[in-house]
Amino acid sequence: MSDNVLIRAENVRKSFSGKDVLKGIDLEIHRGEVVVIIGPSGSGKSTFLRCLNLLEVPTGGHIFFKDVDITDKKVNIDLHRQKMGMVFQHFNLFPHMDILRNMTIGPVKLLKKSEEEAEKYAMALLERVGLADRAHAYPSQLSGGQKQRIAIVRALCMQPEVMLFDEPTSALDPEMVGEVLQVMRDLAKERMTMVIVTHEMGFAREVADRVVFLEEGILMEQNDPVNFFEHPQNERLKSFLGKVL
Amino acid sequence: MGDFQARFYLNFIKDDRWTYIWNGLLVTLEVTLFATLIGILLGFLVAIIRSTHDRTGKMKLPNGVCQIYLTVIRGTPVVVQLLITYFLIFGSMKVSKVLVAVLAFGINSGAYVAEICRAGIMSIDIGQLEAGRSIGFSYAKTMWYIILPQAFKNVLPALGNEFIVLLKETSVSGYIALHDLTKGGDVIRSRTYDAFMPLIGVALIYLAMVLGFTKLVSMLERRLNQSER
Repeated sequence: MSDNVLIRAENVRKSFSGKDVLKGIDLEIHRGEVVVIIGPSGSGKSTFLRCLNLLEVPTGGHIFFKDVDITDKKVNIDLHRQKMGMVFQHFNLFPHMDILRNMTIGPVKLLKKSEEEAEKYAMALLERVGLADRAHAYPSQLSGGQKQRIAIVRALCMQPEVMLFDEPTSALDPEMVGEVLQVMRDLAKERMTMVIVTHEMGFAREVADRVVFLEEGILMEQNDPVNFFEHPQNERLKSFLGKVL
Repeated sequence: MGDFQARFYLNFIKDDRWTYIWNGLLVTLEVTLFATLIGILLGFLVAIIRSTHDRTGKMKLPNGVCQIYLTVIRGTPVVVQLLITYFLIFGSMKVSKVLVAVLAFGINSGAYVAEICRAGIMSIDIGQLEAGRSIGFSYAKTMWYIILPQAFKNVLPALGNEFIVLLKETSVSGYIALHDLTKGGDVIRSRTYDAFMPLIGVALIYLAMVLGFTKLVSMLERRLNQSER
């Protein structure tokens, strides 16, 4: 396996109560690469993303993270998840903690950082996304766009090696999409490894190193963004792009 | 009015009869307090097992045991449970009646607390669990740091209510001849042949305790809610 491969999905299958959602997906994510997964709703793209950190346990196949098979039951998945940040469609901030605590609880409790050290790092991240003044606000006091930016930096506080984004802008009002995409754009520029499930085609085209098209649980096509959007090969992809572009 | 004073004297002052009420009150408080502790510990444990089973499918056997416990306790009257505890379980042993009452009411309360807590845990969006796990917290740590603090806030009114129910339920302790508050009033009645004064007196004491506790819970509730607004 190439040293450059951070995550390797091997023939990943998932079925929910007899219904096959993923029908054997192979995909490699390289270090520093931004991979965008698109597809119609119900195509299994979110399920596949959630399989990468085992929030969904695949019914079959393997997921290798840094050459460790994390689908192996003997592996302590909690340790590997610390290195895989995840951002959800519905933010999932902890409502009973202020913003700073949302960000520091992981580093303090899991990475055994001191409160001061964790807060310093968190404040620096808040500064970067322009929310330092909200450090002591509670999630309910923030707008959707602000919540999602916090969710991103909360994940970054764990200093992950890859960030997984599950439709990060789908629950946002349109005028707030831009601020969240900007944070992700900045992350991509810093060569953070990212796997993004999104419906934002313009963003995919601009930021992705590789775009992947999933339909009915099958990886139909993957390519660099220019060829993906300009010269789609697969008929299904052509008709999908015809509808969304 | 003179009649009232005379009856008050007869029922509460003469022969230090107020001590029946006072000692009974202490027993009622003792039983309620320790039964609450047992109820919360037991209920909490059962709720964790049941909700873990509901969410992850693990803990099949403990969940089965819990379900039997809930079915039996919630399906039979507390007086019968008290009598069974006293006459059957501890029948041949010399144990204090307070201990019997504490165990019976505690085990009874645990079943209700369990369902309150389980509902509280299940009311927390699954996304909270996923967010905790995705950061790298184990299931247990996610429960402890993220789910339970939120669940506790949600179930506090119901827990307070359960405490009030328990406080009043201990009034059947007389069935095992335990001298609690209710029994204290009843003893006075049997001495003075006056039902009004001791029984109304006892009722007022229960009412005062419930009102005081209700106030306490709503204060705590307000404080816990401050953080989110």
